[in-house]
Amino acid sequence: MTDPHADRQDPLLRITGLVIDYRTGRRRWTPAVRGATLHVGPGEFVSLVGESGSGKTTLVQGALGLLPESARIRAGSIAYSGVDVTGWNDRRMALVRGNYVGFIPQDPNTSLNPVKKIGQQVIEAVRFNEPDARDAARHRQAALDSMRTAGLTDAERVFHQYPHELSGGMKQRALIAIALAGKPKIIVADEPTSALDVTVQKVILDHLVRLREELGIGVLLVTHDLGVALDRSDRILVMRDGEIVEEGPVRRVLENAADDYTRRLLDAAPARHAGRLEPASGRRPLPGREVLRARGLTKTYRLRGRGPRRELRALDGVDLVVREGTTHAIVGESGAGKSTLASILAGFTSPDHGTVHLGDRELTGLSRGRLREIRRDLQFVFQNPFTSLDPRFTVAEIVAEPLRAFGLARGRRERTARVTELLKAVALDERHLHRLPGQLSGGQRQRVAIARALALNPKILVLDEAVSALDVSVQAQILRLLVDLQAEYGLSYVFVTHDLGVVRLIADDVSVMKDGVVVETGPVEHVFRSPRHDYTRRLLEAIPGAGLAVAGAR
Amino acid sequence: MLRYLALKIGRALFVVWAAFTLTFVLLFVLPADPVDLLFDPAEVNSVPPEVRAQVAASYGFDRPVILQYLTRLGHALTGDFGTSVQSGRPVVATILDVLPSTLLLAAGALALALVIAFVIALAATSARRPWVRDLVEALPSGAVSVPVFLSGILMLQIFSFRLGWFPAFGDEGARSLVLPLITLAIPVSGPIAQLLVRSFATEFRSGYVTTSWAKGATRGGIVVRDVFRNASLPALTIAGITFGNLIAGSVITETVFARQGVGRMTQAAINTLDVPLVQGTVVLVAVGFALINLIVDLIYPLLDPRLRAALATG
Repeated sequence: MTDPHADRQDPLLRITGLVIDYRTGRRRWTPAVRGATLHVGPGEFVSLVGESGSGKTTLVQGALGLLPESARIRAGSIAYSGVDVTGWNDRRMALVRGNYVGFIPQDPNTSLNPVKKIGQQVIEAVRFNEPDARDAARHRQAALDSMRTAGLTDAERVFHQYPHELSGGMKQRALIAIALAGKPKIIVADEPTSALDVTVQKVILDHLVRLREELGIGVLLVTHDLGVALDRSDRILVMRDGEIVEEGPVRRVLENAADDYTRRLLDAAPARHAGRLEPASGRRPLPGREVLRARGLTKTYRLRGRGPRRELRALDGVDLVVREGTTHAIVGESGAGKSTLASILAGFTSPDHGTVHLGDRELTGLSRGRLREIRRDLQFVFQNPFTSLDPRFTVAEIVAEPLRAFGLARGRRERTARVTELLKAVALDERHLHRLPGQLSGGQRQRVAIARALALNPKILVLDEAVSALDVSVQAQILRLLVDLQAEYGLSYVFVTHDLGVVRLIADDVSVMKDGVVVETGPVEHVFRSPRHDYTRRLLEAIPGAGLAVAGAR
Repeated sequence: MLRYLALKIGRALFVVWAAFTLTFVLLFVLPADPVDLLFDPAEVNSVPPEVRAQVAASYGFDRPVILQYLTRLGHALTGDFGTSVQSGRPVVATILDVLPSTLLLAAGALALALVIAFVIALAATSARRPWVRDLVEALPSGAVSVPVFLSGILMLQIFSFRLGWFPAFGDEGARSLVLPLITLAIPVSGPIAQLLVRSFATEFRSGYVTTSWAKGATRGGIVVRDVFRNASLPALTIAGITFGNLIAGSVITETVFARQGVGRMTQAAINTLDVPLVQGTVVLVAVGFALINLIVDLIYPLLDPRLRAALATG
């Protein structure tokens, strides 16, 4: 490959043939990054895209000298503006970090020191990178400037606040302020918006682009979200199994991806698909009668404390109808009340007012015993397949548990047969029967969770962010599976998600929630084509990957 | 905030009251008759009943249990725990005599234990070679495992008898305090060090430490500026265990080194079934325990802004 920068100025960051190993035994090393090469020039916005386990985070840690002790750089080099820093010790790297390269971490909620005020944390970043260590007044000024540049308009106030007093978006801005405080030439951001709501994500990413334009710094954005990468970068790199499999300008990659994996990633991106997924075989069931109906659900949580009683209205008069054989999606950002709604529908929480009807039976106000009977018809799939399965149970035991609990499929042989049948339904097989959850991938675990939910032949599944923790390609598989299962068993879904892109793939109806209220509801095509509510419009605009949809339609 | 304070103080008072009541019940149902112990064992059986009755009456042993309890509780509230059966002196005065010596020992040992624990935790966090860290991390379990009487006697053997650097017993001067201090500090430091090593390691891997690295901070700076405060918070939560260890350790330490103190006095009081004195010391320990936990509860909000915020609204 000929490098366009070779005979000109050195790029801000150049990584050449980098190999990073993890120690997996006494003398055993497993490569996580296998010969990665990349460069970022001044004012350039480069995105590094990869799914979990692709080695993208390890690569970035290597570039910053922040590798864990169990990792080592076996070959290759890292150079900042032509200065080779490979193998520098912490003391020397400390001169590069902050000063030359700024870093924006993944989770703003854990990346700030909880017992220190924001201002102090930004000032430290200023001080480490200033020759004059004593000029406190100027440091303070520089910190405030940095906070304003990071988009904290109310810098004076935030300066005296603790992290827990700020929202996720504000914390991420504070972290950007910290990254900018050392006046770096390049900023490396590792999934900076994965923990944030989609509208906040848009604001933060737009701000990064503006910083690039205004300050002329280079940006290396690491993300799992192809849509995010395509919307904003000049160039993108796709990483898989420790190797960079695709590199090029956005337009070229979008229109003519050289690598198979890139094409698959592009296909898996929800934004690529304009309409609902069709089942592999058979047809989608025709929408039937109402199977689940909620009326005027209200739930208020009382916050502890003295003085005027403070309340949090999680739900405020929510109506919802799910028709047989269809999917009703509930979308909204964190705090919108969608999880409260899901848990009321599933009978885990009782509402203050309102009713839930499952067919002709009323769910609300039932005794535990009666609710238990209803659970046969209504099952729940949780968000995180890593915590919703008992780590000590084998797959067979997990899937058989509902059968056992309800006294179905008596006898070992019958039960095993049913479990195998269920595993087949979710595209797993006998080989997985005796594995533990820890031995399965995220996608496989979610399949097991779905198999468990199907064990009692329910009519309705409530899926609470069931695909949010999964990689895009795995997410696409699970969504496809759900669509197929729906066609096969005539299931109805209540699909709770924060991701509007997914809604388009799987849902027939959608309810958009904000602050405990359904602001808009209707058939998906309707709501997406002509949203009536401002908030829906903002949500739709914030979906990353607008460019993808265009390319997909082509 | 006020409610928080009231709650914590109320809880402390309850602990002290419960200790008083519990000791009263336990000591009352003890099989031995306290009156017997007032006489020479050889003559106990030959004491005329009217003399026994007179003695019992003078100590209040002859009245109904509930009356004894109420009277004692009333007196205790005014700071009167009766008189020691053995010495005939007021219990409070007996305790106050030996209290300073024990306080000095306990406070000194606690300070030393904290120093040891923090040094171990810092060393384990800063050590870059894995084997050094493993070695340092093994120290606390060693410290807990060695019984006080063993380490005390070993130290006596080496530093007093063999080398003659420090006196073997007594409590005169600072030099006599050195060996007991070390003896008591070692086991007390163990649990604190174990907790600190763990929380230092956890905090060192946390997200905000990565942020600090990225700011350009150095390893030492991160340990001091970021990790230290966050990692020290959990150590406060085992203050109760620490206090218990100090009391238990001081009983043995004072015995081994023949020092005056509450520990040795308690031991003697139990051996002679000196009911009022035992009860006095137990209540004293309960007061100490409640005070320590109260102080911890009050310090916590000062160190953690999150808790402070929760209290301000709650």
